[in-house]
Amino acid sequence: MRPRRPDAASERRLEELRREAESRGEVGAPGVRPSGSPLPEASAGSGYYGLPLLKPPVWTWEVPLYFFTGGAAGGAACIAFAARVTGAPERLVRDAQWVAAIGGAVSGPLLIADLGRPERFLNMLRVFKWQSPMSVGAWLLLSFGVAASAAVATRGAPRDLASGVAALAGLGMATYSGVLLGATALPVWSKHASILPPHFAASALGSAASILELLGHRGRALHKLALVAAASETVLHSLLQVSATTRLAGAFSGPIPLLLRALYGRSRRARTAAAASALLGSLLTRFAWVEAGRGSVASPPRPLRGDAARSGDAVR
Amino acid sequence: MTTGFFTDSTLCIGCKACEVACKEWNDIPADPFVFSGLSYDNTLGLGHSTWRHVKFIEQEATIGAGGNAAGRITWQFSSDVCKHCENAGCLEACPTGSIVRTEFGGVYVQPDICNGCGYCVVTCPFGVVDRRPDDGRAFKCTFCYDRQIAGEQPACAKACPTGSILFGDLDELEKIADRRIATLHGAGMTDATIYNPKETSVGGTHAFFLVRGDPWAYNLPPKPEVPTTLLRPAWTAAALAAGAMAVVSLLAFAGGGRR
Repeated sequence: MRPRRPDAASERRLEELRREAESRGEVGAPGVRPSGSPLPEASAGSGYYGLPLLKPPVWTWEVPLYFFTGGAAGGAACIAFAARVTGAPERLVRDAQWVAAIGGAVSGPLLIADLGRPERFLNMLRVFKWQSPMSVGAWLLLSFGVAASAAVATRGAPRDLASGVAALAGLGMATYSGVLLGATALPVWSKHASILPPHFAASALGSAASILELLGHRGRALHKLALVAAASETVLHSLLQVSATTRLAGAFSGPIPLLLRALYGRSRRARTAAAASALLGSLLTRFAWVEAGRGSVASPPRPLRGDAARSGDAVR
Repeated sequence: MTTGFFTDSTLCIGCKACEVACKEWNDIPADPFVFSGLSYDNTLGLGHSTWRHVKFIEQEATIGAGGNAAGRITWQFSSDVCKHCENAGCLEACPTGSIVRTEFGGVYVQPDICNGCGYCVVTCPFGVVDRRPDDGRAFKCTFCYDRQIAGEQPACAKACPTGSILFGDLDELEKIADRRIATLHGAGMTDATIYNPKETSVGGTHAFFLVRGDPWAYNLPPKPEVPTTLLRPAWTAAALAAGAMAVVSLLAFAGGGRR
């Protein structure tokens, strides 16, 4: 603000304000709220003082980390089964089954740790509810964990059966977490309800193939799988403009490994770098989505989908 | 009998007797001291420790009922509560079966079952349910299930001094609300309106409201949707993605897996 010189007009205005204050006990002017309410208004435009209507998720770091481990384990079980039935090297099958089993074993405790009452985790298994993705997920995780462990603990026909069940449940593990986030009231999640499941599936498959590559498996099949996953992630992320963190995660799981693999696919080091990038991207993606959900509660003034309300548009 | 709450904002005097009665009867933990600066509302919203919440809607003056002089702000009060949806997102999403519908039609969280997974928190289209950090379980209005079993009305309705919170048979309450709207419109308060989202996937609420003007000013979403409507597209996408994963994996290995 520039310094001003008092002049006739400015002094007249100040006199006027004093007279108004003397006569009315208060002064009103454009941009000045009446005394007693120097406050934002509750209005159709801002809602109730702009306070968020919805509650942010209460989930802590265990849940996005579980999305990562559960997804990667599911992807590994799928790879193990595909490798098995096509007669791929036994060592690859075995390692993929171990990745699935360990991932499954880590996932359960992570989910339990996030519960408000961890000692009651078995209550998840009192009921089965199709309409609750959380319930479907709990049963998926249980059957996946049992089958994936059985696949590494048994031999012969039981092992093949367990491997098949683990692969089926693993497909569920890799995709259901997208439904879990999508079928909620949070704007940024529910808006992407149909895109999150394929997005998480690509992320899961990419990270499973990457883990196996980093374990020293250099077959063409894993490279191809990781390439397809990176290509899918590139496409899906170009459709998603969610937050800076999801974009960063998208770069790590999409274009970076895609280019490394497409251009330098014969280089061992390039493939290692691509695998590491995809893993980092997948992990980051899960955290970014949970964080985006938290942020979407506060940011938009009108947070609900289907909410094209006009003024006074109450529904009876 | 399906019971309901009819909360008439035009009768509310902002005394917060409902908040106090609710806290006392249900033995809900105290809230921390907060000075919000938002009118006289330092409660700010429903949550794990607030099951009735009186809103203070400050707006520019509107001439009419309410006794506001020109040039002064208008002040409306409205006691908010869990809506006890006909299609309740929290109830559908609860993986333990802790959240149930009672014989009175209310939506009730069984505290001895809830394991605090937090899924109801993100599936409530009204942002009502919340997990209590030091307890670990999810809490919300119980519709005073214990009092209803004993044949009593909920604590908030009983403590309300003006009849702003009416409790009773849901159908009866809707008739009372219709008559009240007719009266208010006849008296010139034409912006009075009933908030009960029956035409959305929520399918109406057992706790409904009479408000003035746009319900959004009361943080009542004009078109709330129950998240279960998203299950079909989301699961379809998941099935397609899972199928693609399986096919891609098999193809990748079938075409030269050993090298």
